[in-house]
Amino acid sequence: MKEVKCDCGHVNPIGTILCESCGKVLEEKEKDKKLLDMRYEGSARRSQTYNKTLIDKIWNFFSSVKVGVWLIVITLIASAVGTILPQEMYIPPIMPAEEYYEDQYGWIGKLYYDLGFHNLYSSWWYLILIASIGISLVICSLDRVVPLYRALKKQKVSRHESYLQRQRVFGASQTEDTDKAFTMAKEKLKSKKYSIREENGNILAEKGRFSRWGPYVNHVGLIIFLIGGMLRFVPGMYVDKILWIREGETKVIPETNGEYYLKNDGFILEMYDKEKDKEVFGEAIDKAGMVAKNYQSNVTLYKKQGDTVAGEEADLKKVKDYEIKVNKPLKFENFALYQVDYKLNELNKMSFALTNKKTGDEYGDLTVDLNHPQDEYDLGNGYKAEVVSYFPDFEFDENGEPVTKSRIPNNPAFVFKMFTPDKPDGEISFVAIRQTIEPFGDNEYKMAFKGIDTKNVSALTVRKDLTLWIIALGGVIFMIGVAQGSYWNHRRVWLRRVNGEVWVAGHTNKNWHGLKREIEAALDGTGIKMPEDQLQNQSEKKG
Amino acid sequence: MKKQRLVMRTVILLVLGAAVAYTLYANFTKDKIQKVAVGEKAPDFVLTDMEGNKHRLSDYEGQGVFLNFWGTWCKPCEKEMPYMNNQYKQFKDEGVQVLAVNVGETDLAVNKFSERYDLAFPIVIDKDSQVQSAYGINPLPATFLIDKDGKVVKYITGEMTEETIKNYMEQIKP
Repeated sequence: MKEVKCDCGHVNPIGTILCESCGKVLEEKEKDKKLLDMRYEGSARRSQTYNKTLIDKIWNFFSSVKVGVWLIVITLIASAVGTILPQEMYIPPIMPAEEYYEDQYGWIGKLYYDLGFHNLYSSWWYLILIASIGISLVICSLDRVVPLYRALKKQKVSRHESYLQRQRVFGASQTEDTDKAFTMAKEKLKSKKYSIREENGNILAEKGRFSRWGPYVNHVGLIIFLIGGMLRFVPGMYVDKILWIREGETKVIPETNGEYYLKNDGFILEMYDKEKDKEVFGEAIDKAGMVAKNYQSNVTLYKKQGDTVAGEEADLKKVKDYEIKVNKPLKFENFALYQVDYKLNELNKMSFALTNKKTGDEYGDLTVDLNHPQDEYDLGNGYKAEVVSYFPDFEFDENGEPVTKSRIPNNPAFVFKMFTPDKPDGEISFVAIRQTIEPFGDNEYKMAFKGIDTKNVSALTVRKDLTLWIIALGGVIFMIGVAQGSYWNHRRVWLRRVNGEVWVAGHTNKNWHGLKREIEAALDGTGIKMPEDQLQNQSEKKG
Repeated sequence: MKKQRLVMRTVILLVLGAAVAYTLYANFTKDKIQKVAVGEKAPDFVLTDMEGNKHRLSDYEGQGVFLNFWGTWCKPCEKEMPYMNNQYKQFKDEGVQVLAVNVGETDLAVNKFSERYDLAFPIVIDKDSQVQSAYGINPLPATFLIDKDGKVVKYITGEMTEETIKNYMEQIKP
């Protein structure tokens, strides 16, 4: 394949439709058209012409705008499908995902799960779709911006007759004094901020060329945006964890390398009160019953002093007290702690009284701290209760043995051995919530349930995001590109002398009305006839 | 000219491809990243056992350490406990120490469990999850084999048989 040499002497890359320099039509099939297709200045999009190696084939695939649009459409549909049923991370942890979807949504749910839509946004094919859009963006842009830049840079002032004739705005007329008319028109165009180039008495007035780069600036912004998204996968750039912390508890904050600790001083849930709050809330309160006003965790942040190994009690220095509310996170270094969830009234303590079943006499109370129970509770006067077994989250297993499901006291149960002066060998009693079992027959004593003490638990999101500024930068550049491409127009006006006539042609990438008005103003009083809008004439003839 | 174009395209496609490959790789390994990698030095810790003695991992240098994380509610943990106990009795004189780290249950639950199985090796409780967090423990049971230089030789999650426990202890014998 060879380059194309135009009559004007300019050598164009293969595949060029309009000569970069003089604008002459080079492509045979374009020659019959009344108006030129001015997209990309008729430059050679190389992808369309070279197609030899595998690399070229991959390149050409991504260079196609059609492919790009399809990728976007497929991604949009997939993203929409992902919102039909909840994603796996949002389903309640009552049963495994594979059962949950079928159980809740029937065969549709099963299909949804089997096709992997339950975890769509981090599935490999979704990520590949997004990545393909990114690649398509880069290659499409490169493949168009380079030839366009070349063509606009190389354009000559005296464009070929066939080029001028086939512009949408074109007219030919006679004038008495062409030199004078040209000088006048030039001054007027200059006052409209056109930059003027002259060559052999012909004029090219041009302005707003930079508006042509708008879409490419926009794409650069998008690519930066995607890079920001990609950086989230780089360790240390992005943290999104949940910290469950009971009232009174001090815990190390995850992902801070054991540097920071947090103490929960109390969780507060406030409701709107019809009596106390403004009247406007009245209707909503009546409708919904309860309306939450505030979710708040009062916390203290500590920093570890000196070096300690894991497990060693750390020397903590208080940094600050803070009230974490929704949208009012505790911030330190690059971290932010957000109020995200809570659990009210988790069992904390249970009280019992050692009681004689027949007489109902009580021989002392004991309170078991469910997170730190003791081995035995001495009630004095020869009465004591020994804890033989403790099941914080009790259930019966398949063999009918009492076991615990976890270490969280959701459903505590005890095996007590009760010692009394008249039963020195002790009596065994299994005590769970609303349930007492006496495995060795009838006891004389029982552990009577007296009451519970609960604590609230706060859930905080631990968030660190070092990619945010990159994403913001991408967004800003994106918007600059949009503004650049939409608020400015690239306008060109050609004035050329052809065989004693004056030819005028105009081109713009948008807002033809504005261009025509400017040409009209520039030609006013020069004696040059206002050129016609050939597209408009065509449609009028048809209509 | 043509060659230059091919080189250019190849380079650009390679850069883009590498970025995509990295992202996919990072996305699929993010849940599996082992905080403590085989061949690295095991993070040091200090925990107190049920008798009140402090156990510092680095004090066991020169011996192999069979470091087991467990909970009383975890069935496979419970199953492998007696096996570990038997093998510990065989290997303790050959320089293999067993440290069983409970994942923060109550003293009561741990004591009762230990009594039931008559466990001979020291049991320590990781009350505020610092050690679990340093070792990235999830799920249970999790076992780290640590050699006499304090390096992690192997990481095992899931139930072990008595035979495998024996082999593992053999591996870290100094």
